[in-house]
Amino acid sequence: MNQYAALIPFFPLAGFVIIGLMNTKLPKNVAAILACGMLLISFCLSLGVFMNISGQSNEVQLAPWISVGSFSASFTFLLDPLSSIFLMIITGVGFLIHVYSVGYMHDDEKHNIFFAYLNLFVFFMLILVLASSYLLMFVGWEGVGLCSYLLIGFWFKNKSYNDAAKKAFVMNRIGDLGFLLGIILLFITFGSSDYHIIFPKAQGFMSGDGMITAITLLLFVGAIGKSAQIPLYTWLPDAMAGPTPVSALIHAATMVTAGIYMVARSGILYALAPVSMFVVALIGVVTAVFAASIALTQNDIKKVLAYSTVSQLGYMFLGLGVGAFSASVFHVMTHAFFKALLFLGAGSVIHGLAGEQDIRNMGGLRKKLPITFLTFLVATFAIAGIPPFSGFFSKDEILAHAFTSNKLFWVLGVIGSMMTAFYMFRLLFLTFYGTYRGNEHKVHAHESPKVMTIPLIILAILSTIGGFVGVPESLGGSSQISHFLDPVFKPAQDKMMLLEGSSSVSEVALMGITVAVVLASILLAWYLYISRKRVPAAEGARLPALQNLSYHKYYIDEIYTALITKPLDKLSEFFKNIVDNKLIDGIVNLSGKATEAVSDLMRFVQTGNVDFYLLAMVIGIACILFFKLM
Amino acid sequence: MTDLKAIPLDWYILLSSILFCIGIMGVLFRRNAIIIFMSIELMLNAVNLLLVAFSAYHNDAAGQVFVFFTMAVAAAEIAVGLAILIVVYRNTKSTDIDVLNRLKG
Amino acid sequence: MTVYLFIVLGVLAVLSALMVVFTKNPIHSILYLVLTFFAIAGEYVLLNAQFLAIVNIIVYAGAIMVLFLFVVMLLNLNKETEPHKSMLRKLIAVVAAGLLMVVLVGSLKGASNMSIQPFSHNTGLIENLGTVLFNDFLLPFEVSAILFLAAMVGAVMLGKKDIK
Repeated sequence: MNQYAALIPFFPLAGFVIIGLMNTKLPKNVAAILACGMLLISFCLSLGVFMNISGQSNEVQLAPWISVGSFSASFTFLLDPLSSIFLMIITGVGFLIHVYSVGYMHDDEKHNIFFAYLNLFVFFMLILVLASSYLLMFVGWEGVGLCSYLLIGFWFKNKSYNDAAKKAFVMNRIGDLGFLLGIILLFITFGSSDYHIIFPKAQGFMSGDGMITAITLLLFVGAIGKSAQIPLYTWLPDAMAGPTPVSALIHAATMVTAGIYMVARSGILYALAPVSMFVVALIGVVTAVFAASIALTQNDIKKVLAYSTVSQLGYMFLGLGVGAFSASVFHVMTHAFFKALLFLGAGSVIHGLAGEQDIRNMGGLRKKLPITFLTFLVATFAIAGIPPFSGFFSKDEILAHAFTSNKLFWVLGVIGSMMTAFYMFRLLFLTFYGTYRGNEHKVHAHESPKVMTIPLIILAILSTIGGFVGVPESLGGSSQISHFLDPVFKPAQDKMMLLEGSSSVSEVALMGITVAVVLASILLAWYLYISRKRVPAAEGARLPALQNLSYHKYYIDEIYTALITKPLDKLSEFFKNIVDNKLIDGIVNLSGKATEAVSDLMRFVQTGNVDFYLLAMVIGIACILFFKLM
Repeated sequence: MTDLKAIPLDWYILLSSILFCIGIMGVLFRRNAIIIFMSIELMLNAVNLLLVAFSAYHNDAAGQVFVFFTMAVAAAEIAVGLAILIVVYRNTKSTDIDVLNRLKG
Repeated sequence: MTVYLFIVLGVLAVLSALMVVFTKNPIHSILYLVLTFFAIAGEYVLLNAQFLAIVNIIVYAGAIMVLFLFVVMLLNLNKETEPHKSMLRKLIAVVAAGLLMVVLVGSLKGASNMSIQPFSHNTGLIENLGTVLFNDFLLPFEVSAILFLAAMVGAVMLGKKDIK
């Protein structure tokens, strides 16, 4: 099986090459079927790998890559439980999104190239998770950055979409720099970037080693950029500019989970650096609460979901930071299901309303889009963490670990999940309940075609039952996913020597508290938006101070503009006007002018008289001989 | 036939230098292209003389073979040079080199 | 005896060379140049290079100078039509040439100190020269034939009346 596993990423690549090269020569449905088919093959292979993995890890060497001096790198894929889970998520959810896109992008003029990009995106993400060295992972890492740029700016005729794409790219670049520095440090420290060399060696290091701390912090900078954490999260909400399936792909299956994967993969290194762990957890939990508080007041259906992604990613980092690696991966999985579902559902709504994204102009869509509504409802339950939907198990496992690690993290996490429940139900109620607030005559809301609803239904089923692979022992489950991932995280867990403090009784109690808080905030949302039929204020209306702050996203973008962009602009302006235009151009022009002036002077020497030239020659010869004499 | 030691090599050097410089002076002094041409021949002969002198004093025949080649090249040069001169004269009705100042910058 | 011969021939060569430059009539210049070549040929004889002396007279004095004469006659230049340069430029020419001579003599002074081989009577003889020419310098000799051919073609081409 493993030798076929190496082919997994190359099917999407083949799809990209074929569709990309043929482009418009290919009929639309052929391109769509090709793209989906390639991913389906990859998914089947991934499934085979997943079934056969049984705990051990295999390396599949494909080809040598770089060999310079003592340095060598090869295209080698690593197959272990962690990468196989990610393979499943990427190919599975990716496949559903592809199928959904067939319906969603059907009328787009760049239909074929869209599928080519999607395939390329999946290819790079697969490279990222299959890589057996940080260097190869970096290839995939950069590749997804590129694809996200291409897809966010897919409708590049709109300037603001273009700006959003550039923003995503630049923000990622900042993170990538950290990641790259981390890789270089790894190379300096361990003499290689291969996992199978680094991880065993790392076990010999002392906990809290300075070098390891530096490496892990730098790697985390990369993860911050890619996974949209404070302070580099602002690109993700703007990434909504892309077509909705792209948002689903970026938020659920690919791209943002790369940071989680990387930190989880480097678990042993993080286990050796308590400081880094604390930073990861802190940034994670702060992001979780911060983004959730922004999501409370957003009116764009996709923006709300975007901030919820940032917030959920914060939970994942919280899990990683407190050492709950398998819980984080579990949450990545469940999040992939329900977030893909939410985005695709939102896409279905937008599709049904002919491009309307503002929830103030929606309402009462329950009857008109029944399938979308039901699946959206499932996803909302899942993200809010209501048992027995999938999000409940994964999030509560993270919170339980957070509780044993640091009580403050737990409190913040619970506040975050309370907000999550509130804004998700606010979104649900405003969109699907009440009465339609848009222009009834202009837009005929309609249910999406089957090719879009079937992926929704499949994802809804997964969101519902996906959590059962990780039912904790305290609830009578067997926590299969953590056992499955155990071989990967065992060394890290051993290093951490986790205090298994919380008994199962208190774990159940914690769950009770969380669920109670969540239900309370759902009731609050019900009261505000169903009973009192409140609708968010129109644009420009005066809001209470806190609400205003949240509505304007704490003015973070404006602060970045003022603190970073503006001074950089000024500096660039300075370099352009003074250094480049005056100094460098001046030097260049001066050399030109000087040559011209000297030539003008020398022109008089060129009399055209042969005898004058001869005279000059004779004097020259005399001079040369004279100098020889001296 | 003669006792070479009676004449120092320096004398030959002096003589050929003088002849060479007279040739140069001729080139700079006159405007008639034919005279200039002849001055160049004079310079070539001065060099030939020096070559022969060195060849004799060093007892090496190669120097004299060089002179032989110099003469051959000079003959070829004269043939082409005079042909050019005739063309110039045809065009300008003069052999004055000051007329030929097309190279003026 | 030899020394006197050298001096007489040298002075003759220098004087006639000067006359070449200073005579106004081109015909006279050519005749003085022939005289110079004869003097130089005499010096060759003094150096025991009889072959070159003969060749010098045949090629230069005989062939090349006749060619010059022909050209002068053909172009009808045997009058003193040449415009003269200004005194200043003449002065510059003389000074430059004199300067070069001083420097040249100065820089060639060391050349005579090189080891001087015992004199051999055979060096300049035609037999010896022929051996060297056709052994060591056979290729340049053949190449010079091509040079002549090229020069001949060039001269004919240039001399043609109507150059297209």
